[in-house]
Parts: sequence; structure tokens; C-alpha cells
Amino acid sequence: MMLHVEGLHSYYGRAHILADVTLEAREGEVLALLGRNGAGKSTTLKSVIGLVRPSAGAITFAGARIEGLSPFRIARLGLGFVPEDRRIFTDLSVMENLEVGRQAPRGGAPTWTPDRLFELFPNLGRMRDRPGGRMSGGEQQMLTIARTLMGNPRCVLLDEPSEGLAPLIVEQMAKTIRTLKAEGLSVVLSEQNLHFSAMVADRAVIIEKGRVRFTGTMDELRADEQARTQYLSV
Amino acid sequence: MSAPVLEVAGLAKAFGGVRAVDDVSFTVVAGELLAMIGPNGAGKSTCFNMLNGQLSADAGAVRLLGRDVLGMKPRAIWRLGVGRTFQITATFTSMTVRENVQMALLSHRHGLGSLLSRASARHRNEADALLGRVGMREQGDRVCGVLAYGDLKRVELAVALANDPKLLLMDEPTAGMAPKERIELMALAASLAREREVAVLFTEHDMDVVFAHADRIIVLDRGRLIAQGEPAAVRADPQVQAVYLGSGAMFGHEVPA
Amino acid sequence: MSFASILAQLLNGLAGASSLFMVAAGLSLIFGVTRVVNFAHGSLYMLGLYVAYSTVEFLGRTPLGFWGAIVVATIVIGALGALIEIAILRRIYRAPELFQLLATFAVVLVIKDVALAIWGAEELVGPRAPGLSRTVEIMGRRVPQYDLALIVIAPLLLLGLWLALTRTRWGALVRAATQDREMVGALGVDERKLFTGVFFVGAALAGLGGALQLPREPANLGLDLAVIADAFVVTVVGGLGSIPGAFIAAILIGVVKAFCIALGTQSVLGLEISFSKLTLVVEFLVMAIVLVVRPYGLLGRPPAQQRAVGEITTLPNMPDWRRWLPFVALLALIPFAAPDDRYLLVLLTDIAILSLFAVSLHVLMGPSGMVSFGHAAYFGVAAYAAAILMRKVQLPMEVAVAVAPFVAGAVALVYGWFCVRLSGVYLAMLTLAFAQITWSVIFQWDSLTGGSNGLTGVWPPAWLADKRVYFWLTLVLCALGIGLLWRMLFSPFGYALRAGRDSPLRAEAIGIDVRRLQWFAFALAGAFAGLGGALFAFSKGSISPELASIAQSTDALVMVLLGGVETITGPIAGAAIFTWLKDELARRTEYWRSVFGLVILALVLLFPQGVVGGLAMLWRRVRPAS
Repeated sequence: MMLHVEGLHSYYGRAHILADVTLEAREGEVLALLGRNGAGKSTTLKSVIGLVRPSAGAITFAGARIEGLSPFRIARLGLGFVPEDRRIFTDLSVMENLEVGRQAPRGGAPTWTPDRLFELFPNLGRMRDRPGGRMSGGEQQMLTIARTLMGNPRCVLLDEPSEGLAPLIVEQMAKTIRTLKAEGLSVVLSEQNLHFSAMVADRAVIIEKGRVRFTGTMDELRADEQARTQYLSV
Repeated sequence: MSAPVLEVAGLAKAFGGVRAVDDVSFTVVAGELLAMIGPNGAGKSTCFNMLNGQLSADAGAVRLLGRDVLGMKPRAIWRLGVGRTFQITATFTSMTVRENVQMALLSHRHGLGSLLSRASARHRNEADALLGRVGMREQGDRVCGVLAYGDLKRVELAVALANDPKLLLMDEPTAGMAPKERIELMALAASLAREREVAVLFTEHDMDVVFAHADRIIVLDRGRLIAQGEPAAVRADPQVQAVYLGSGAMFGHEVPA
Repeated sequence: MSFASILAQLLNGLAGASSLFMVAAGLSLIFGVTRVVNFAHGSLYMLGLYVAYSTVEFLGRTPLGFWGAIVVATIVIGALGALIEIAILRRIYRAPELFQLLATFAVVLVIKDVALAIWGAEELVGPRAPGLSRTVEIMGRRVPQYDLALIVIAPLLLLGLWLALTRTRWGALVRAATQDREMVGALGVDERKLFTGVFFVGAALAGLGGALQLPREPANLGLDLAVIADAFVVTVVGGLGSIPGAFIAAILIGVVKAFCIALGTQSVLGLEISFSKLTLVVEFLVMAIVLVVRPYGLLGRPPAQQRAVGEITTLPNMPDWRRWLPFVALLALIPFAAPDDRYLLVLLTDIAILSLFAVSLHVLMGPSGMVSFGHAAYFGVAAYAAAILMRKVQLPMEVAVAVAPFVAGAVALVYGWFCVRLSGVYLAMLTLAFAQITWSVIFQWDSLTGGSNGLTGVWPPAWLADKRVYFWLTLVLCALGIGLLWRMLFSPFGYALRAGRDSPLRAEAIGIDVRRLQWFAFALAGAFAGLGGALFAFSKGSISPELASIAQSTDALVMVLLGGVETITGPIAGAAIFTWLKDELARRTEYWRSVFGLVILALVLLFPQGVVGGLAMLWRRVRPAS
């Protein structure tokens, strides 16, 4: 088991955002968290990485309990986080952005160098010294993933990777995620785009109003029309 | 076809030598929904911000009902009848839904200089009528800060309609919404536009929304207009497929997954 | 002026600029990464100077002793900065921005009293730099060797900082954290170490800046606020977060100041103008020109994202005057209940006036989203206007009190024109700079304002001579003023202000000219603060420049924050508690400032979510039990 979340509760102020979320991501698989805007997908990911402090529940990552730790300690255990709004350091060049994400090589996880990343994202290799702020949205989205990979994570959390991207770029993103999986990484992503999830995910969890409503393989989700219409409004 | 509400001719803007928008021309007529699509960084936002007055242009002309509006401030352009919704909703989060609409009405009627009357008592019925039109009347007393995202988009629509606009600019109106909500919101915008004879220009990445509701589509790539026309023609255009649409795996099938 | 004398003044200005650059660079660096405007930065500068003084005394006035003292002072102050970060600020990074500011202000109070206790109130004149105590002749002018050394040190320091920020991993992390510290943490970087390190460097720069002034400037207790005001001007002019900007701005201002002093008194168009006294005014002119041309400073850029300062989710209902009237009436009856308690009457009059003062500031801070660090400028200007109108123009007191708020409003209109061009911290810094300028004009304009002595004999006419009658007048006018301001908050105008705060983008998109409304609100708040100031002058019988001081401004800030920005009536509670507490402390101890600072720190650390929020939470906990 790569990541196991058990009975997670989180609040924003007084608003109860997550109510008893339980899910698990197995080693080497791609898990999609599905649900409407505001359902609690993003909060789940942020609670796992420590940006939101859960009020109750247990989070186990690669055998270690991580709930309540600071984000940097969690990241140093090999859990990477790619935020939804990219959050590139716009004043820093591509190379500097990667430098901020750099961590020591880690056993049991692929080791990334800028050169290896530029093979995966050839565009970035052509703009090493360009400030992040002068890149297009698609390029920024690639940089934010590359930056997280510089930490040599064992598992990556991707928050809404396809949001706001052109269809063509979304296809490239799907290809990237499949490559990461082939490298042996575990991936947990939150999504609203079912087309995209269907292309990359092995299993899916549906969250609605802070609760888990469905857990199963993508094939099971395909077969469960009720879950799709009721919780995903497709 | 009636005379164009919005006429854009030879619009151009460069940032540090990079041509963000390069000689773009198009028109929108009353009651028409025109979609502007293109890759991230193609110049859509830059183009929008010039139409709206947030950015100055290097060259070209923007005419609203025949009147040159380039170089005017956003608030002056609004007074000429241009409503706007934003990619990330921009509402007054400390006010109720109704008060948000009341502010737009007060501003439209030049009533913001009043220092002693009660703001929440002004144009109340009119605000409720607008909210009714977008299906938000029951939530009029709720504070915007606590609304669901889809509802905020509807509030924005009501606010944008408060000054009887001739043109509605919608920047990625369905971003961040669930698939069904997207179609519903755009259907609402389309019916309002036709009923009020409003011209609508919108950007969008969800091709299901675009192909379902746009009357025409223009495609931008690296600042240039590379295609325009009816949805079916644009969809079949090999150049558009190559730079933007891709294989088509990301849209089209009714029930995905 | 000859070329030689111009050169001499240029060198003098450059030498003065080097310390200013160091303080401003440290301030910028700390703000960039932690988003904390370190009010105590001037205090660290002051301490740097004191520590260097004592260390030289200890090590001996030799070159080794002197430079050793500079190094010691730099490190000690750096360590003190790190300590402040670890002990206080680290605990409240998640608290509202204004609470962090309040905490650093509390540190200012504590440091001032500590310095008073250790070094006393007398000025301490440091030694000349051994080995550099002579002058060099340049084009027939004698230029101190030490000045030349300072001129060399500053650019070297700039180069060093620039290399550290652009060529090292630490620099990349600092710049990344400046933009998005949370993300830096999520990428596996220990932000706490990074923050402490940045605080060390920033504080050390302030300490170094102070220590290097040892041969040029006597150590004194007034340096803290004077330096912070200068540093704010430099950062605003240079562009917040830009260290090269701070360098250029420091030079610009240093040189302009030096020239003013050199010009002395000159006759311009038949008018005798003392330029040496006008340094601050000229500084203001430089700043004004820069801000008109480049609103975010010479090398600054618009802040990427602006957080709303008032953490209001919604405004409570408009206070009902029918509910408040009995309360005011009850207050009016107090003089009958305790007819002989003069102290109580004075305290109540003060509270009434300061309530109006605090409410007028709250209108700016809360619903308008403009934090002013210099609201006392309008309070002080009106107090002086009223006093001068009566004493020098011989107008009746009633007329003077009526006119004074308009004078304050007019001044606020001028200052506000610049201020509303900026937002957030920039705006706050600018208000402070304006207030400091106002204070120094009052302080220096002996013939009109009586200078540091102020004006005396500012008494109301016979019908108001009875303290009770004056209290009633004050109560009625202040209650009316507060009532009008509250009413305004719920008018279309007040809503439009809130609209501009909530979403400037949307406000502009529905035709609201946010800047113009803010400008008007700024003037209005200034005028109402002015009414308070005028009433205050006649309640005391004498006035001094203190009324326009930064201390007076921060008093109002503390009142609003104590009461709660997110409430309507909070500022009144804040004003009452604050005035009473300050009075009690001042009567008991000479070191009331530090006690007060510690009280603030305790409140901020205990209730990082805000005092009112904290009390509300306590109440919720206690209530079910009872």
C-alpha cells in the first residue's frame, strides 16, 4: 500500500469540508478522485500533503503515519504535490524552478535530473532560462510537474491536472501520466474531466459533499451509470 | 443579419517583442454567440482584456455599435453596454447575492454618491427580477462568500445583465464546473442572449460546450486568427486539429468513461 | 554653488544613504519572504548603534575595537532578529497580517524601554573610526575618510546580496518563498529554517546600518521611529521587495537631503526659505514624483496577489440608533453620579474623542480595505488648526472647532491622492511616511506651531469651562460623528467602498471608480479624525507635536485591532480598553510602554485569530458549562 487515508475529517473555518474520507492508493497505480467542484477533492489532497490540517483521521504513506506533519516533512518522505493553479515561481527561470524542487535521490523511486525531465518535456528544455511568468499555461503545467519530480517522489498528487488546458495539451498530459506510471510512480489525481480520467486511471473514488460515494475500478465505474449521473452530473 | 454589435479590426499587441495578438479581426452581431478558442497562450486573454479596456492595444480598432472604444477605461466601456463575467468568479463576497446585483443597478443609475440612504433598500425588486431570470432568487439573502461555485457563475450572469448590455464578454464561463452544470449554464446564457438580443463573445476549453452552443467559432494560435466559421467546419479543419483539438478524445462522446 | 561644493554634498549624501539602504534592504527582504512588515526594523537599527557604542567602549577605541564592534553589533542584532522570529512571529504566520504588524509594534515598545533601561535617555556620542578619522581633500573640499569608506561598503554589500540571491540555492529558495512560501514547503523545503535565516540576515542588515553610523550620529531613543519612517519611504520609492531599488532610492533620498542641508537658508523670489529644515518635505516631493510616474516604486512591480486586509466575511447589521441613544444618555449622566471625580471625567472625555478617532480609522481599515499607519496626521493637524485659528487668527473657539475638520480633510485629500494609487502594505507605508512628514513640519515650524513646546492656553470659552459641560459637548459631537460614519457604511457609497475592497476587478467591471471613492473616503475619515483632534486640543488646554506622531497613529491602530476589524462597534470597545489601560499603566510605572507591549504580545500569541474571535471562542466554550 502506497497511501492509505482512513476516516479523514477536515474543516475550513467552521465549514465541514471532509467527513470521514477513506481511500487507498496502491503501489504503481493511478487513482482518480472524481467529484464536482467543491466536493472536497482538492481538500483531500491538501490534507494528505499537510497544507490543510485534518481534524481527525489517519494518513499512512509508505508505512509511516503522516497526519499532522508539516508539508515539508511529508514531501521529504517522497510524496510529491502538484497544485491545481500551477503556482509556478514566475520570477524564477525554468532551471531555478527545478532547483527549488530538488531533493536527494531516494531508494525505491525513480531519480530525476533536469536532463531526464527535458526528455519527458522537450519544450522545457528549449527554455531553460526563461522566467516561469513568461510561459504559456500548458508549459507552466508541465513545469509544475517537472518541479515536483525533481524531489524524486514515490507518489505524486496531481490536483486537477487538465483544468483550463487546450484539448491537445490535455492529451499530452495524459501521455505524461502514463509515462510516470510506467516509471513505477504511484499517482493520485483529482479530476472533473471524465474523458481524461478514463484515459489514465486504474481506479476511481467519487467524493460528494465531503464523503466517499463510490470506490472501484474504472470498469466498474463505466458500468455504474447511477453513480456517474448522481455524483458527477454528466 | 443585423449590423455588428462588436467590430474588431487589425487588433495587435506585443509584449517585449512577442506578438501576443497579431492582426486579429472579427465581428459579433446581436443575439449571436461567438466562441473564441485556441491553445493556452494563443492570445485569447490578451484579446479579451483589450476589448474590455484593461489593456491598451498597439494597433487596430475596436468598435462597439460603431463607436470606437479602444483606450477607454473598463468602467467607461461598461457604461456603453458591455457586461463581463470572469474565468475565476469575481463577486463581492461580503455582500448578499441580491446586494451584488443591487450594486450593479446602483452604479448603472449613478446612485453610488449617496451617503445617507440605505443601499440594501435600493432597486430591490429589479434585482430580484434579474435573479429570478438566472434561477437565483431564492438565494438572494445568502452571502456570496458561501455560495457553491456554479451558483456564483449565475450571480455573475445576473450582475452582467444589470445594465442591459449590448455585448457580453464571458471568459471561460464554465471553468471549474461539472460537465452537466457547464451545459446548463451555457444554455441559460444562450437563451438570455437570444431573448435580449445580446451579442456574446466567449472563450472556452470545453469543446462539448462550444460545439453545443456557439453559432460561430474563431480560432487563435500564437496571436493570429487561423480559422473561423461554423462549428462543424472549424471542427473539421486540419490546422485547428493540429494545434488545438488534437485527436478528439477529449470531447464528443455523450457518455464518457 | 560651485562644482566642488556640489561634489562634496554628493559624497555626504551617498555616505548617509548607505545605512538607509541597509535598513531598507533588510526590511524588503523580510517582507518579501514572510509578508511581515517589520515595524521593529528601526528599533533594530537603533539597537545596532547602541550595541556598537558599548562594544567599542569595552574593546577600546582601536581599529580592531571599532570594526570588531561593528561585527559584534551586526551578529548580535541578527541573532536578536532570529530570536524574535522564533519566539513570536513563527507562531502567528497564519494569523491575519495586521496581527503580525501589531506584534512587531509591541516589539518596538519593548525594545525602546529596554534601551532606556540599559543606556538611559541621554544621547550617546560614539567615537570616530580609528584609522579613518581624518579628512581627505577632494577638489579643495575636506571629505571625511569614513564617509568614503561608507560609500564603498554599500555597493559591495549590494553586490554580495545580489549574488547570494541570484547565484545560490538559498537565493532561489528565498525568491521562491517570496512568491509562494506554502508551495516551497510542499516541495520539501523547511520554511521555518528559511524564515529564521531571512530574519537573521534582514535584522543583521539593520544592525549593521545602525552600527556603521556610530561615528556620524549619536545614539538616541528617538531613532527607532525616525528610521522606520525613512526606511518606509525608501522601500516605497525603490519598490517593495527590490533590493537594487532600495539602493537607488536610498541614494536618491540621501543625496536630496544632503543638498537641502547644504543649501541652508536661501532667498527664493524674495522669500526666505530654510531648506535645511525642509528635508522631509523635499523627501516627500521626491516620493510624490516617483509615485506618480511609477506607482510601485522605481524598480517595484505591482504585487502579484493582494489579500484583502479586513478579514470580514460580512458586515454586521447597521447599529440601531434607538438602541444606542439610551447608552449615550447614560454616559451623559455619569458626571452627576460622580460629580467630584475629575479624573473620571477626563478619562471619559478622552475615550469619547478617541472612539471617534478609532471609528474613523476603522472606516478606512475595514470596509474600505485601506490600512493607515498614519491616521494621527489628521488628528494632529486639526488640533493645531483649531488652536492656531483661535490663538493667532483670534477666531472664536466654536468656529475654530468647526473649521479644523475641514483643514484636516483638505490635508487628507492631498495625501489621499497619492495613497489611493497604492494598496495594501504600500499604502500603509505611504500613510506612515506622510504622517512622519506632518509631524516634522509641526515640530520644525517654530513660529507657527511653537515647535517642540507646542501651543498652550488653548482653552474653550467660559460656557464650556466646566469640565462637565465640555464632556457633554464632546459626547454629543463624537456620538453624532460616529453615527454619521456608521450610516455612511451602509449607504450606496459605503457599499461601493466594500465592493472595491472585495473585488476591485468586479467593481471596475460594473462601472465603479474605486480609486475616486477611496480618495473621498480617505478625506472623510481624515475630517472626522480631525473633529476628534480639535475637541482634544480644547479638552487639554495645550497641544504638542505628539498628537501627530507615529505613536498616536499606532495607538489608533491598536484600538481598532483590539476591538476587532470585523466588527462595527469594536473600535469603541478598543478605544475604551486601550485608553483606560494606558492610563493605568502610565500612572504606575516609567516603563509602561514595555508592559503595554508585553500585554499586546500576550494577546496576539494567545489569540492568533484575533482578540474578538478569541474571546468569542472562549465564550462558546464557557457557555455550555454554565
